[in-house]
Amino acid sequence: MEHILSILIFFPAFAALIGFLVKDDSIRIYGIVVTAIEFVLSLLLWSNFDSTVAGMQFLETIPMISAYGINYIVGIDGISLFLVIMTTFMTMISIIGLSEKRNLKHLLITVLFLEMTMVGVFLALDAIIFYLFWELSLVPMLYIIGAWGGNLRIYAAIKFFLYTFIGSLIMLVGMLYLGYVYFQTTGNWSFSLQDWNMMILPFDMQFWLFIAFFCGFAIKVPMFPFHTWLPYAHGQAPTIGSVLLAAVLLKMGTYGFVRFSLPLFPDASVYFIIPMAILALIAIVYTAMVAYAQEDMKQVIAYSSVSHMGVIILGIFALNVEGIGGSIFLMISHGIVSGALFMLVGVIYDRRHTKMIKDFGGLALVMPKFATIFAIMLMASIGLPLTIGFVGEFLSLLGFFKVSPVLTVIAGLTIILGAVYMLVMYKKSFFGPLTNEANKNLEDVKGKELVALIPLVALVVILGVYPKPILDPINRSVSQLVEVMQIKAVNPSTKAKILEYNTTAGGAK
Amino acid sequence: MIDVAPISIEFASLNFGTIVPMLVAIVGALVILCIDLANKKLDKSLYIMLTVLFLIVDLGTLLGYSGDVRGFFDLMLVDGIAILSQGVIVVAALVFVITAMSNLRFQEYRYPEYFALYLFMVAGFQFMVSSDSLILIFVGLETASMALYTIIAMHNRRNALEAAIKYFTMGALATAFFAFGSMIFYAITGTVELGQISEILVASNFENYPMILIGVIFMLGALGFKLSLVPYHTWLPDVYEGSTAALAGFMSIVPKMAGFVVALRFFEIFISSGDIYVEIILYVTVVLSMTVPNIIALVQTDINRMLAYSSISNAGFAMSAILIGTTQATNALFLYWILFLITNFGAFTMLWLNRSKDYDSFDSDHSLDKYSGLIKTSPFAASMMGLFLLSLAGLPPFALFWGKMYLIGSAVNAGYMILALVMVINAGIAGYYYLKPIVYMFLKDPIEGNKTKYMENATTPIKALIGFCAIITILSIFLIEPLLEIISYYVQISGY
Repeated sequence: MEHILSILIFFPAFAALIGFLVKDDSIRIYGIVVTAIEFVLSLLLWSNFDSTVAGMQFLETIPMISAYGINYIVGIDGISLFLVIMTTFMTMISIIGLSEKRNLKHLLITVLFLEMTMVGVFLALDAIIFYLFWELSLVPMLYIIGAWGGNLRIYAAIKFFLYTFIGSLIMLVGMLYLGYVYFQTTGNWSFSLQDWNMMILPFDMQFWLFIAFFCGFAIKVPMFPFHTWLPYAHGQAPTIGSVLLAAVLLKMGTYGFVRFSLPLFPDASVYFIIPMAILALIAIVYTAMVAYAQEDMKQVIAYSSVSHMGVIILGIFALNVEGIGGSIFLMISHGIVSGALFMLVGVIYDRRHTKMIKDFGGLALVMPKFATIFAIMLMASIGLPLTIGFVGEFLSLLGFFKVSPVLTVIAGLTIILGAVYMLVMYKKSFFGPLTNEANKNLEDVKGKELVALIPLVALVVILGVYPKPILDPINRSVSQLVEVMQIKAVNPSTKAKILEYNTTAGGAK
Repeated sequence: MIDVAPISIEFASLNFGTIVPMLVAIVGALVILCIDLANKKLDKSLYIMLTVLFLIVDLGTLLGYSGDVRGFFDLMLVDGIAILSQGVIVVAALVFVITAMSNLRFQEYRYPEYFALYLFMVAGFQFMVSSDSLILIFVGLETASMALYTIIAMHNRRNALEAAIKYFTMGALATAFFAFGSMIFYAITGTVELGQISEILVASNFENYPMILIGVIFMLGALGFKLSLVPYHTWLPDVYEGSTAALAGFMSIVPKMAGFVVALRFFEIFISSGDIYVEIILYVTVVLSMTVPNIIALVQTDINRMLAYSSISNAGFAMSAILIGTTQATNALFLYWILFLITNFGAFTMLWLNRSKDYDSFDSDHSLDKYSGLIKTSPFAASMMGLFLLSLAGLPPFALFWGKMYLIGSAVNAGYMILALVMVINAGIAGYYYLKPIVYMFLKDPIEGNKTKYMENATTPIKALIGFCAIITILSIFLIEPLLEIISYYVQISGY
């Protein structure tokens, strides 16, 4: 188990390189096998993961540019463990359910490269290596959206690329500056996150660095008002692109907040609670309304993603164990649920080549299984108790309740608004009379689609009923994170606030 | 009659070793000319390989040099950065001359004089960087430029001639600027050696400041022309478009390397003494040089022209290192330029390999339309080109990212936060136009009825070189540490 993390990162890339030699007609199976192996590897990692330890495990360090303090450092803790498993799982599922025929080999190889970058982002503990994977993930996604997408695909792909590229460049300046600050205080260059966590920064510096990192992360999440690239990217991307984008790529941004912004800039994080919460609230309420007005099923889910990402941000900036833990759980559940929803839309799109709600109606009559699965996912998306969506949403909101009950009440609208736009979409497309002739002979879900969807349904229910195996390791690492913040805060008022947010049942230990 | 004392100089005092590398190149050029006199029917491959050989010997004598930094009555100054920059120049010349092994036959390669001029040019640039006497710099600059003008014109198409004449006339103006600037500094300080000029200026506390400033402006004009800094950049896109892609790539690296070293030596005088006006002038120049061409590049439809604007912007990027003026920044300048050499060599050579003699199908040789859907017709070529373009855009982990990162890092460390932000915003803008060819190649479908043959100009040696470059670009992360070690060693011993 020495190098398991490096194997996890580079196995898909290596497989992708070799994949060039596989013939076109057999590449699908190759992709499934590779991603399945990767998934099994990540499960192996979980079984060897010591969930009583809060800190980093399986650490690996290889010097890269020692003169400038850049090392290849990877490690995993409770926060990243499940994000990695979710990544490998969703990649596997999305390839199983893949129905794309054009240029399949290029697509699968690109997805494998994308998997490398996604796993790399969650495992890297050196800022520059993190940035490397972070930026590199744009290229495969650009290609996936741009080559296999809809009519506006090139516009969407470029918008996606440039938006994230510029944001993360500003983050890079922040990282370089932080490296320099570390050099000034200790006399050594280092971009290692663990080294940085030892460093206590004055408030002014935290303030500006928080903003620099915010530029990178907020665009990726995406937070209001930087969310405009997302509906295009989702709307134009092929199914597999949307699934991976929603399930994994968006989580990189929120993960960045948890991994970088909170422990590095505790005072600034506390200072920015309210502004962040307001942005998150606007995202929750505004995009939910926008989602209601959409006519395209995929756009509805895309906007609902933005809305849910708002809840995640809110949970993170509750700055207590419930909030952060809940938001990480929500990242995982949203990954599964939104991924599943995009796949479902993909299923119907494959049959009818349209995703417009008005083209459907009464689908439940001809596609009962499809309608059932859709309904389950829909409920999970809304956050119905006993589904996976409920746990994270509830915990996030509960966490933020300690910070501001008023804002939490507004945020609670997410459940109501979510129910409104989702159920209305469901009603319009699945219930009512079957008016459109073209829909009369639609085939129900079958074969590979079922194979891909049933595990998702199972997870939604199982983890909804019993989330403990995931929540426990997360909470352990998160409590440590909160402690680090508490210790590192320079202003006494920050310390007091973090303490205050964490003192009720279940919080501070 | 004035009684002139007999001149007696000991040979050893000349420190002859300082000019051996240049002599190798010059002798090589003469040998090529002599061979041509004896036999006119020899193939270009002979001359290419001879050039390669002489350049390798040149590089060898350069790396083996270990003597006093001064030679020829202090005319030569072979310090660390001189050796380093000569190394870059010779290596760049080496890889670029191999691109002449092209499959198609072009006018200029039929004349052995091309390769003789090429070697003269390299020698000229080598002289330019290894001196701090304004006169020898001037001579080196002119030797090199004259040869370069001719080389461009030898391509013998109408736009090549246009390019050569444009370059020549504007180059003449820049030369005049250089002469004027030198004259002013000579008038003020009574010397043409930058080291002494610096001492005298500092000792006199920059007396007669307006005059000095005029001199600086003239020098900036001259160097700015060579480095294609805004607003002295207007010649560049036409010249690059007119010359072959391979030569354009060469021009984007070698003359500028030489220019940077002179600029480094010259502006060091003012930056190190904290001259606020010169700093402002440089600051504005750097910011403009990064931003203006970037914006113009957005609307280009020819890849060659787009890369031309991109190289102006990149020159502005590297110039910021001189503005920052710390040791780390100087290291960054060289690191950036070496990585830029690898990347830009790849990008321009890929264009060169796709050169055809079909001048009618598209507006220009490397029109974006020509590359539509390249991934479908020749996936390998498209991937290579995509790789180099992504590297130019500064995407990690490809080569140029590390240069950009180190340079931005040095700006941040020296407290130039605003400059660092301008740099990243420009990197963002640049991302868009580097994406454009990628979009055409990977995301669009081939134009129907397009009969363009791709990689028509390719031969195995060039392909091998490109492959090697691509591997370096991908694995550059392992290369940075040793490179930085070498660079900082040389920069440190010359005290910048």
